[in-house]
Amino acid sequence: MQTILSIGIDAFAYGMALFIICIGLSLTMGLMRVVNLAHGAFAMIAGYIASYAARDLGLGYAIAIFLAIIGTIILSIPLERFLFRRIYGSSELTQVLMTIGITFCVIGITNYFFGPTLKTIPLPESLAQPVDVGFKTIAAHRLFVMTCGLVVAAGLWYLIERTAFGIRLRATVDNAAMADALGVRTQVVYAVSFAIAIGLAAFGGVVGAEFLPIEPYYALRYMVTFLVVVSVGGAGSILGAVIACLVLGAVDTTGRYLMPEFGNFFFYAAVIAIVCIFPRGFFGKAQ
Amino acid sequence: MPTMAQTEKLAAAPIPGSRAVRDVVGVILIIAAGLAGFWLFPDNLALLTRVIAVALLVLSIDLVVGYCGVATLGQAALFGAGAYAAGIACVNGVTEPLTLILIGAVAGAVAGLLMGTIMLRAHGLAQLVLSIAIVQLFHEAANKASAYTGGSDGLAGLMVGPLFGVFEFDLWGQTAYLFGLALLVVIFIVLKFVVSSPFGMLCRGIKEDPIRIGAMGAFVFPVLLKMFVISGAVAGIGGALAAISTQVVGLDSLSFELSANALVMLVLGGLGSLYGALVGTVIFMGFEHVVSAINPFHWMTMVGALLIAVVLAAPGGLSGLADRVLPSRQRNRGGRA
Repeated sequence: MQTILSIGIDAFAYGMALFIICIGLSLTMGLMRVVNLAHGAFAMIAGYIASYAARDLGLGYAIAIFLAIIGTIILSIPLERFLFRRIYGSSELTQVLMTIGITFCVIGITNYFFGPTLKTIPLPESLAQPVDVGFKTIAAHRLFVMTCGLVVAAGLWYLIERTAFGIRLRATVDNAAMADALGVRTQVVYAVSFAIAIGLAAFGGVVGAEFLPIEPYYALRYMVTFLVVVSVGGAGSILGAVIACLVLGAVDTTGRYLMPEFGNFFFYAAVIAIVCIFPRGFFGKAQ
Repeated sequence: MPTMAQTEKLAAAPIPGSRAVRDVVGVILIIAAGLAGFWLFPDNLALLTRVIAVALLVLSIDLVVGYCGVATLGQAALFGAGAYAAGIACVNGVTEPLTLILIGAVAGAVAGLLMGTIMLRAHGLAQLVLSIAIVQLFHEAANKASAYTGGSDGLAGLMVGPLFGVFEFDLWGQTAYLFGLALLVVIFIVLKFVVSSPFGMLCRGIKEDPIRIGAMGAFVFPVLLKMFVISGAVAGIGGALAAISTQVVGLDSLSFELSANALVMLVLGGLGSLYGALVGTVIFMGFEHVVSAINPFHWMTMVGALLIAVVLAAPGGLSGLADRVLPSRQRNRGGRA
């Protein structure tokens, strides 16, 4: 019983950490139709900034998160303007190649400046302690990650389904030319949603650093994981991403607890099974 | 890109013999370049043999991506299948090199059949993700089955017998290199026939518009699957060659990184051109050898910048660029060769 509970809690926390990062990718892929393999690279940049701010400059955790998000978004603006904008609407292969190229560059450049070592982001006192939730004690950090994940999911749902910006975004996605003709400034909509996606990647990268440690090849190592989660959930669907993260998080964590020697075997077996049964993911729209 | 098949057909139509002449010259150039490498870099023959093995992998990706339009990031699964099959056979007493190559080819073809059956069910992004998942699954399986594959230590101690019972695989790798070069030339010639056969043309047609080909009465799935099996055999031969020449099979021969790198080489050289695959491999691995010895992170930055540049400036890769720069019959099509 204890094992099942710990597996459940770990799986949920891990799933939520994955979710915060992947939902940004899901947005870019579902709404803007860009297969952005460089998504993990932005999470990595954020991790490096947060680590530098918190460990080397001694700033607080909250400030580090804030700086990481702002810094990453600022860095991403010229990239969106000069590189990503050229591959909107290109074939998947072109997009994959371009974004792999960006990932390589980010890895090479960050390691040139920060050195090829594992970067830690020190947690504040309040998050480092265990918390008693009645039936079990949980690390406060895990609770924090779970809360963040749920808040992000609810906030995004509200933004896309209930606000004026959400309406314009959905209109642009459905028919960009028509939305443009009706007075929606599609370029602005694209730029803002890209910035939101990158901001979420940055946030997830920092918050999830306990699960996915920030290291030199972070962007490449987890690129596949992020891509897999999004395609299992269905690009552009928040609910799909939540379910995919929880299912894959559960499969991965259970596999690691019970049969650690198999590594990621079950994770990828589950992915193949799910993608074969649902080629568009759980909640993907027909293209 | 859409005009490639048409332009080549148009270019070939007036003088049927001209393409044959061009291909003979191409093959002679490959042999000449290979022999030049043999004389010029006698100390780096191991590296050059590795280049040939990877070139076979890149050729196999070209068959699937360049000629059929099926995007894959998991081709190393087929390469690794060939390498491990040859390695395991060798450890268990089969030491004749040609038999080992054949075993690698069969293993690669079987893996290609399996991979194609799974991958061709999906399209677009799902297909790409399936290919990645398959290569990762193979990787984990090989890691787990350490009794047969040696796990993360790799499969070592391959004692390959002499070629034709005469030529020993020497310490300098001369036999291995010449053997690999001969294999590459033979396979290149075979593939030239395959891609210009009616079957190859059908594959190109499917790449342009699968629905139309279906409407014309051809079955799309079996044709693509057949190409997958051929491509698997080629990749398997590459894997077996790598296993024979290095006498070790490591887990990296089944990795996502190898698949991605090989795809980069292909794109650098030019999709849908067998020459492009070779040129891309040689240039990429040559640079990698020089630059990554200095600093591996500089190498990553360089590859990344190169990829971005190719996507933005030369979507056809180096061979497309050459077609555009060199004056040729295709010029009158606005340079979109």
